Amino acid sequence: MSAFNVPEEFYYTKDHEWAQVDENVVTVGITEYAQDNLGEVVYVELPEEGQKVTQGEPFGVVESVKAVSDLIAPVSGTVIEVNMAMMDNPGALNDDPMNDGWLIRIEMDTEKELANLMRAPDYKKLIKV
Amino acid sequence: MNSQLKVTPLKDEHIRLGAKMVDFAGWYMPVEYKGLRHEHGVVREHVGLFDVSHMGEVRIKGPKALATVEWLTTNDVSRLSNNQAQYTLLPNDQGGVVDDLIVYCIEKNQEYLLCVNASNTDKDFAWMVKNNRGAEIINESSQWGQIAVQGPKALQLVDRIFPEVLPPTFEMRSTRFAGEGVWIARTGYTGEDGVEIFVPAGKTAELWRLLLDKGQDLNVEAIGLGARDTLRTEMKYPLYGHELDDENNPYAAGLGWVIKPKIKDFIGRSHMLAGREKGLKHKLIGFRMRDRGIPRQGYKLFSKEGEPVGHVTSGTLSPTLNDNIGIGYIDTGLSLEGTVFNVEIRARMVEAEVVPTPFVKDTSLQKQS
Repeated sequence: MSAFNVPEEFYYTKDHEWAQVDENVVTVGITEYAQDNLGEVVYVELPEEGQKVTQGEPFGVVESVKAVSDLIAPVSGTVIEVNMAMMDNPGALNDDPMNDGWLIRIEMDTEKELANLMRAPDYKKLIKV
Repeated sequence: MNSQLKVTPLKDEHIRLGAKMVDFAGWYMPVEYKGLRHEHGVVREHVGLFDVSHMGEVRIKGPKALATVEWLTTNDVSRLSNNQAQYTLLPNDQGGVVDDLIVYCIEKNQEYLLCVNASNTDKDFAWMVKNNRGAEIINESSQWGQIAVQGPKALQLVDRIFPEVLPPTFEMRSTRFAGEGVWIARTGYTGEDGVEIFVPAGKTAELWRLLLDKGQDLNVEAIGLGARDTLRTEMKYPLYGHELDDENNPYAAGLGWVIKPKIKDFIGRSHMLAGREKGLKHKLIGFRMRDRGIPRQGYKLFSKEGEPVGHVTSGTLSPTLNDNIGIGYIDTGLSLEGTVFNVEIRARMVEAEVVPTPFVKDTSLQKQS
């Protein structure tokens, strides 16, 4: 089992999204563990700017050749930026899911929801690294 | 690994090669090694090895062997001479199918080997025994390993290990490997030329390693079940549980060429014919997406007017065409090539078009035939 990069400063969901919080803006992507399990990503569907998302609800999908996987919003809020490059070139998501492979930025409604997310030590336990 | 899962003689080989292992219909199997799309390309361009040891092997023999296989299957078994193979169906008594399979004639009238789908082996065997017409029916699945060698360079590789035994298409030859009897059958499920080798379970790993070793300069690689599925989908080969099942009439799947009701009787014959004579409501088609989206099994099809007209049975990104393709049942009136319809993908209507199949046309198998 290769060691997956699980940065300490990120938040994580049980569905394997990461969330990086910068004041009230949350950048969201999928973890290295998620991309490894999916295999080669061939299709990405993301919401449009201005769309509302809800914590725990799907906001898009990623598909490998074999499987469809929902993307789950780590926090509620409004989508303020979408990484269109991932829709045009889905394979790039496999190359760098934690940085260039970010998917959307959300202006979050309330910081209180962050309490529902995991920090790195708990996420590492979840994926057993 | 879940200890309930069944394993093939090649389990340790897969792990050593770094395969991603999954539960496939109760079997612990490699879904991919280096990556599905890469593996798909290896088979289309070079040669790939597939572990298909999970497939079931049932031997039917004795003086009533032919009569039994004729009754159990839809194709004309009496036509087979020794060493010939035939794609066929195992019908149920309602006009649907229990499974699809290949019948190999070991000795005309006396002895046949039936190769069936892994997930159906127990069900098929029980069905055969229940409908036996006096033959000896033996489930030999656990005794056999099976390796498929597929791709434009497959024959070159096999010839290095088994010189001068290669059979013509849809025939097999028996020969020896490591002191034991093996069968080499010129069959496959990828659309490429190649063989499937039946080898005793205890010798399967040895043959696997030898094939990988002798094929290094041919770019041979192990191929997972993921690419096996995309390869067969590009050819529109049916897969049980997708295009075929207990209920669908196989005539609707375009399989009339393996159903011979005029020259023989078989289980469920009258139901199957009645279904066809009533007029087939649905037909199995191949289609490509005109807009963004990958069709998946179970997605619904709609006419441009918004009427429900069918469903997707298989769909994928085609690694060869880099296009999203699907197979599905659609109302017969919409089954003509060029017809445009919608696939419902996550509550969105995405346009698709009926296209000719196989989707991929210049494979090594098509070139040689």
